[in-house]
Amino acid sequence: MTGPYSAKVMDHFMNPRNVGEIPDADGVGQVGNPVCGDIMKMYIKVKDKIITDVKFQTFGCGAAIATSSMATELIKGKNIDEALALTNKAVAEALDGLPPVKMHCSVLAEEAVRAAINDYLIKTTGQGLPGFKPHDESLHKEVHGN
Amino acid sequence: MPDERIYLDYAATTPVDGRVRAAMGPYHSEKFGNPSSLHSFGQETRAALEKAREQVAALIGALPGEIVFTSGGTEADNFALEGIAFANENKGNHIITSAVEHHAVLHCCEFLKKRGCEITVLPVDGSGLVSPEAVAGALTPRTVLVSIMHANNEIGTIEPVAEIAEAIKSRVAGRESRVYFHTDAVQTAGHIPVNVNDLGVDLLAISAHKLYGPKGVGCLYVRKGTRLAPLLHGGAQENNRRASTENVPGIVGFGAAAELARSEMAEESKKLLPLRDKLMNGLLTRIPDVRLNGHPARRLPNNVNVSVKYIEGESMLLNLDLLGIAASSGSACTSGSLDPSHVLMAIGLPHEIAHGSLRFTLGQQTTEAEIDYVLEKLPPVIEKLRAMSPLYPGGKK
Repeated sequence: MTGPYSAKVMDHFMNPRNVGEIPDADGVGQVGNPVCGDIMKMYIKVKDKIITDVKFQTFGCGAAIATSSMATELIKGKNIDEALALTNKAVAEALDGLPPVKMHCSVLAEEAVRAAINDYLIKTTGQGLPGFKPHDESLHKEVHGN
Repeated sequence: MPDERIYLDYAATTPVDGRVRAAMGPYHSEKFGNPSSLHSFGQETRAALEKAREQVAALIGALPGEIVFTSGGTEADNFALEGIAFANENKGNHIITSAVEHHAVLHCCEFLKKRGCEITVLPVDGSGLVSPEAVAGALTPRTVLVSIMHANNEIGTIEPVAEIAEAIKSRVAGRESRVYFHTDAVQTAGHIPVNVNDLGVDLLAISAHKLYGPKGVGCLYVRKGTRLAPLLHGGAQENNRRASTENVPGIVGFGAAAELARSEMAEESKKLLPLRDKLMNGLLTRIPDVRLNGHPARRLPNNVNVSVKYIEGESMLLNLDLLGIAASSGSACTSGSLDPSHVLMAIGLPHEIAHGSLRFTLGQQTTEAEIDYVLEKLPPVIEKLRAMSPLYPGGKK
């Protein structure tokens, strides 16, 4: 079972960083849906464009939990633009790779970060990320195929 | 990890019994003859083959001549479906099956559908049961085959196979052409009594590795007089039903396993039932928001299947594996496919509940101490994963 996962994935799965909620979060994003079996919810605190705190909650497999955890580590302390530049590949690489069937988990992690930042931008500027579409069936298809 | 690993996935496969391995031993290098050869080398393996055929036939109340050895359960199911469909094309092209069948049946039906067969997939109720009346009601003059499994591999529900056979019989009484009835008995043969005459089936699939025999061997019971086209064409092996030199060591092992199962299954059931119930009731009472999947009473003596709300199956399996406990799940994440188990969807579970399923299947070496260990170790795992879940209402801190 642990076979397909790297030691780093297992570490982030068994000892996930930044688990929980931020009650007074500046931005909250939720992606995924029960159909896929993965739901990620990300909370951020932002001060002077810097993400000062981040927490997550995830319903999903080992890879979903590990990519959530790694994504929070990668954006904590970064400014908004740096966080937006985070790609799913970078998340997967930071975990020493993911099995091919689990790459969609890293896509969800990237999406969760963007969704939280999008929510923060709407709350503070009234305008979200240009072209940002919340996770829906079309992403489900994009990630999983049909 | 504990010193000893705990295996609770006997429905996936079982270890080969030491006595079975001993019986197979000589048939690799010492007694290696081709059973089709006339000489003494061939004669001794021919005799072993026929002894195994008797042993397997005895397990299910069949005649030895009605047993066709195959490479396993999947081939036996494919053989039954395609064999009937192709041999009876002039009689009809309609097949009735259920939504909870193994993929060896359902995917074969999809293949046959592409080849022009008409397939009716019957729904099941919330406990996974197929209704005999629904089977009878689905019969048409074009129906050539009904295929309903004996017990479900995921949720352990035992189907009313004898009642279905009765319902078919009374509905088609007086009809000229036959409706054949196949059952996949891969999860039941060797574990609960299986008798082809009591069940009223014409075809029945068994896999050796589910009853402490070797992998790569199984059989299809074919009632005398059944029109069945072969899957494999070549030599005259298996009474012209299946070409290919027989897997003699495997078949000898299958025979030995069948004989042991016949004499020991009552005892094994007696041992496993209280352990199953202890695990089932323990999970249901110790952990909130857990539901039992499958029928509470019409159930295999070794199967426990539960859904744990708010969390996903693979994450539980990984944690259990690190604790030395081997189980399985119907979650999509464990199968490489994208959807949760078709069986759990067929009994009407919402996606997120299906993704949170866990199956424990007990067997020969399962002890009460192992069940106690699972009941001790699983609740904290569930608590930890729930605390991480955005779906868990109790997770707010």
